[in-house]
Amino acid sequence: MRSGSRHAAYWLVVLPAVLMLVLLYFVPLGNVLLTSVTDPKPGLQNYGLLFTSASVQRSLLTTLRIAAITTAVALLLGYGVAYAMRAASTRTQRLMLVLVLLPFWISILVRSFAWIALLGTQGPVNSALVAWGLVDEPVSLVRNETGVLIGMIHVMVPYAVLTLYANMRGIDVGLVAAARSLGASRFQAFRLVFLPLTAPGLIGAGMLVFILSLGFYITPALLGGGKVLMIAEYVAVQINDTLRWGLGTMLAATLMIAVLGTLWALSRVVDVKRLFGT
Amino acid sequence: MNGTSSEPLVRFIDVRKSYDGKVDAVRGLNLEVANGEFLTLLGPSGSGKTTTLTMLAGFEQPSAGRIFVGAEDITNVAVEKRGIGMVFQNYALFPNMTVGENIGFPLKVRRLPTAEIADKVTRALAMVRLEGLADRRPQQLSGGQQQRVAVARALVFEPRLVLLDEPLGALDRQLREQMQYELKHLHARLGITMIYVTHDQVEAMTMSDRVAVFNAGRLCQVAEPRLLYEQPDSLFVAQFLGESNTLPGTVRQRHGGQCSVALANGAGVIATTVGVGDKVNVAIRPEKVAVGPAAATCVNRYPAKVIEISFLGDQLRVRLAALGREDFIVKFANAPDQVMLAPGNPVEIGWRAEDCRALGE
Repeated sequence: MRSGSRHAAYWLVVLPAVLMLVLLYFVPLGNVLLTSVTDPKPGLQNYGLLFTSASVQRSLLTTLRIAAITTAVALLLGYGVAYAMRAASTRTQRLMLVLVLLPFWISILVRSFAWIALLGTQGPVNSALVAWGLVDEPVSLVRNETGVLIGMIHVMVPYAVLTLYANMRGIDVGLVAAARSLGASRFQAFRLVFLPLTAPGLIGAGMLVFILSLGFYITPALLGGGKVLMIAEYVAVQINDTLRWGLGTMLAATLMIAVLGTLWALSRVVDVKRLFGT
Repeated sequence: MNGTSSEPLVRFIDVRKSYDGKVDAVRGLNLEVANGEFLTLLGPSGSGKTTTLTMLAGFEQPSAGRIFVGAEDITNVAVEKRGIGMVFQNYALFPNMTVGENIGFPLKVRRLPTAEIADKVTRALAMVRLEGLADRRPQQLSGGQQQRVAVARALVFEPRLVLLDEPLGALDRQLREQMQYELKHLHARLGITMIYVTHDQVEAMTMSDRVAVFNAGRLCQVAEPRLLYEQPDSLFVAQFLGESNTLPGTVRQRHGGQCSVALANGAGVIATTVGVGDKVNVAIRPEKVAVGPAAATCVNRYPAKVIEISFLGDQLRVRLAALGREDFIVKFANAPDQVMLAPGNPVEIGWRAEDCRALGE
C-alpha cells in the first residue's frame, strides 16, 4: 500500500508535464498524421506524390545530399577537434570545451545573417580571396548549396565534437601506448587501435548530425536564397503559401518516419542509449 | 636457463628524470641488467621504479643520462623501434580485436605473412596454455586468462627484453601465486631477459635472480634476494624487505669488519660495520634472535621481558621489552624444542655480531 501511494505521488509530480506533452505534442502530431491521409480527400494519394512528383523527389534528394555532406564534413572536422581536446591538458580541454559550446549561445538566425555578410560577393571572405589572388573575381559562396552547407556544418560541428569527445574520453590511452610498444607506428596505432574504438562515437555522432540536418529550416532558407529547397522549407511553403496541407503533412510524416526508421535500424546494430550517453 | 653472458643487455648510465624540472622522479641511476636475467624493480609507490621502466620502454625520455640495450644507445629511439615487449598492469588488450588478433598484432604491424602470423599465434597460445581461445574477445576471458594473453602478445615477436609493470596486481592471491610460477617457468624456458616492477616484496623475492630496491627516486641496493635480505646496506632496505628491529646508537670503536655501538639506553652492541658514519641504526632480524638458553653463546646478550605472544601456526611472534624499548620483536619456529614463554616472563635474548648490521643514516 505504501509503495502504491508513493507511486501515486510521483505520478502527480509528472502529471503536468505528461498532460502538456499529450495536449501540445501527441494530439497535434496525430492531427498531422491524420491530415496527411484525409486532405484533400481520404486516401494515400498524398504519399503517392513521393513516387510521382518531380519537385517532391528533388526536394527529398536535395535534403538527403545536403544532410549527407554536412554529416561527413562535420564528422571529419569534429573528429580532429575532439582528438585534439583529448590530447590537451585539463586546462586547455576546459577552454576548448567552452569555445565549442560558444556558438550555442548565439541564435541560428544571427549566425545565418552573419554568414551572409561574411560570404557575400562584397564580404571579407571574397575580398581576401581576391586580394590574395586565389580567385580572379568573387565566387558565390552564399545563396546557393555551398552557402547552405557552410552554415549547416558550422551549426553541426559542435554536436559532432561533443559526441566524439565523450566517446574518446572513454578510450584507455594505455591501449595506444601498448600498440606503440608492440611495434606499431603512430599511424598504425591510430588506424588499428584508436580509430576502430571510436567507431561507436562516429556512428552516434553521424546519426545525430544526420537526423538533425534532415529537419533544418532556417539555415537553408536564409543561406540558400530560396534556391535550395530542403524538405522542411518545402513543408513550410505548402502550409503557408500554397495551402496544400495534405502534401505538407505527408512530407512531415515521411521525415518523421525516416528518422524513427533510421534510429530503429541503428538500434539493431549498436546500443543507442549508450551512444547518447543516457 | 640459457647461458647468462657477462655482457650486460641493459645499461642505465647516470640517468635522471624530472617531470616538472624541480623534483627528480629518478636520479643518478646506474644499473646493469645481465642477458637472460630476471630482475625486479622493487619499491613503494613514487620510488621511481615505474619511471625507470617507462624510460626503458620509451614512453618517457630521461632528463639526463643514456640508456643502452646491447651496444645500441636507445635513449632517443622511438618506442616502436625498440623491440621491447611490455606487459601492462591493466593488461591493455585491444577490445576491438579477438585474442588471436591481439597476439598477432606485433607481427601484423611488422608486416609478417598471414600464414606465419597464424602459426606463431597458435604456438604463443599453446605456450600460455590458452589453446582454442583465439576467437574469443578479451572481455570474455577471466583476469588470469587476459594476463596470459598479454604475456603471449609481449613474447610472440621474440623481443630481446620483456618489461612487466605490476602484471599481477589485479589478480587475487591464489591466481597471483600460480601466475608467478608460470612467469618464472616461461623465463627459465625461453631464457629471455625480464624486468619486472612490483611493490610486493614477497613476489620480488620468490621470482627474481636479482632485486633492485628503489626509494625516493634512488636505487638503494641491487642484489640477489637472499643477499638483499641478509645483508641490507641501508635502513630502508632492512625495513622494506621483511621485518627488522632497529636500534639507534653511536659507533664507539671499529675493529676489522665489526664495530661496537653504544645504544640510546647505554647498552652496547657488537655489530657488522656497514658504511662510515658514526650515527647508526643497528638492524637485527626477528628470526636471528636467540631466546633463553640458546642465547648463552651469543656475543650480544640482554635481559628481556615477554609482553605479548602471537601464534602464527608454523611460527611464534613474540613482543619483548628489551634495551629500553617495548617493541622488540622475536620470531622462532614452532619446533618441538621451543622455549615455553608466557607474558610477564623474564628471558634472556642474544644474537651474533654477524647477524646484526650497523647501518648509516
